Amino acid sequence: MAYSDKVVDHYQNPRNVGTLPKDDPNVGTGLVGAPECGDVMRLQMKINPETQVIEEAKFKTFGCGSAIASSSLATEWVKGKTVQEALAISNTDIVRELSLPPVKIHCSVLAEDAIKAAISDWKKKKEASTPAASAQPAD
Amino acid sequence: MAIKLPIYMDNHATTPVDPRVVETMLPYFQEKFGNAASRNHSFGWTAEEAVENARAQIARLINATPKEIIFTSGATESNNLAIKGAAEMYREKGNHIITQVTEHKAVLDTCKRLEKYGYEVTYLPVSKDGRIDLDDLRRAITPKTILITTMYANNEIGVVQPIQEIGKIAKEKGVLFHTDGVQAAGKIPVDVQKDNIDMVSLSAHKIYGPKGCGALYVRRRNPRVQLSAQIDGGGHERGMRSGTLNVPGIVGFGKAAELCQNEMAEESARLRALRDRLKDAIFAKLDEVYINGSMTHRLPHNINISFAFVEGESLLMGINDVAVSSGSACTSATLEPSYVLKALGVGEDLAHTSIRFGLGRFNTQEEVDYVTSRVIEVVQRLRELSPLYEMAKEGVDLSKMNWSASASTEH
Repeated sequence: MAYSDKVVDHYQNPRNVGTLPKDDPNVGTGLVGAPECGDVMRLQMKINPETQVIEEAKFKTFGCGSAIASSSLATEWVKGKTVQEALAISNTDIVRELSLPPVKIHCSVLAEDAIKAAISDWKKKKEASTPAASAQPAD
Repeated sequence: MAIKLPIYMDNHATTPVDPRVVETMLPYFQEKFGNAASRNHSFGWTAEEAVENARAQIARLINATPKEIIFTSGATESNNLAIKGAAEMYREKGNHIITQVTEHKAVLDTCKRLEKYGYEVTYLPVSKDGRIDLDDLRRAITPKTILITTMYANNEIGVVQPIQEIGKIAKEKGVLFHTDGVQAAGKIPVDVQKDNIDMVSLSAHKIYGPKGCGALYVRRRNPRVQLSAQIDGGGHERGMRSGTLNVPGIVGFGKAAELCQNEMAEESARLRALRDRLKDAIFAKLDEVYINGSMTHRLPHNINISFAFVEGESLLMGINDVAVSSGSACTSATLEPSYVLKALGVGEDLAHTSIRFGLGRFNTQEEVDYVTSRVIEVVQRLRELSPLYEMAKEGVDLSKMNWSASASTEH
């Protein structure tokens, strides 16, 4: 199977590989896929609670070259975007950008799922911490 | 010595034709182009003589007699002919066939078709080492059993079945025994007398001969095996396989068999040493690597390794100047990981990370060292990228994780 140049580039030079502290209240973690299916993506974002801007994004992926490229591209795209803008990224955008063949479309779906899962994790954390914050005595 | 890239290390899929084989074949395309079935002129006689010579060379490789070799288009046809031909011929005796789960699709799918026609097929399981249990086999035999078909050695994991014992059981019970010998013949000793084999499927292109040429050994004495032809026509090959013989292919097949026989002892020792060198270097440098299948009962030139937490296709992509293959779903048309590894009880997570190395006649030590270092380098790089490796290192039990089985993963 021939890979597109962009897939090869992301595979060889993956952007934003790494790990953010998952207990940081401003970090959202999305872990999607399953080892039995041959694809697991972990996408993490550090989101500014004031501006809702994604300031940092990191990923690690177990999967084929297209899965690695899809998640690498996702980190590039979400960085600097607001949460709202990131949620608008669709798997078809990824398919188009990386010229993924039909058998690899599930890689792009997984990347979209990973973005949504990371944001939802961050939102959950925020909601959990909000009542605690309001319980603080006011000055 | 400079290494020529890409390196071919997928010799279970096919092998390059040995230059000595090509040379033997060449005259049979033009000057000696006759039809081996032409009985009344020298063109035919020359072709026939060449075919008979090849028949003898192939027979010698497996300790058979020349008349017991039936030429076919390849081992897929041989497997079809052996199984369907015997099933049809011995239908009155019974309708039960025994095979096992790690067979090649040419055997499994042939058996499945026969099931549609009213035959009953037992698919014996294999243990973790990839071999069938002889007691399972004994128990599976019924008065209706007409055929046992088990491969000699597996194409993915190189595991060699207890052929001699199976042959003995088959003989005791009066059941025919066919073996798909494609991966074994020419590589390790295959002896139809010692092993009590009634039929063996052979292929030229797995032994440095040309593609499109195979054979089926069909025992003529003790017992005399009869088969219903699956291709009707001029009655070639003792009526078992009609069609004009592929004379250049057969000549090449014969030469290839002869070379394999002459060089087997030395060559299998050389490949075993290279294979072990590759395995030992990988195990010395990488943790969390697992061999699939028995190391004791295994072809000398095969190794199949799972590199945990690194998906097979991504590994192949990283070593793109090396031709090997993977049991990962992503490399197959079906998006299912290897059924062979599954049959061994290898989890799907590890099946996705497996790589098959098939060494061959033209691989050198320099090539093996190059492949080894590339594999180690790429596995290390991809593990840096693998969330699973990181989690495993942190002590997370991945099998206990509640994986979000996303609908998108197509399972």
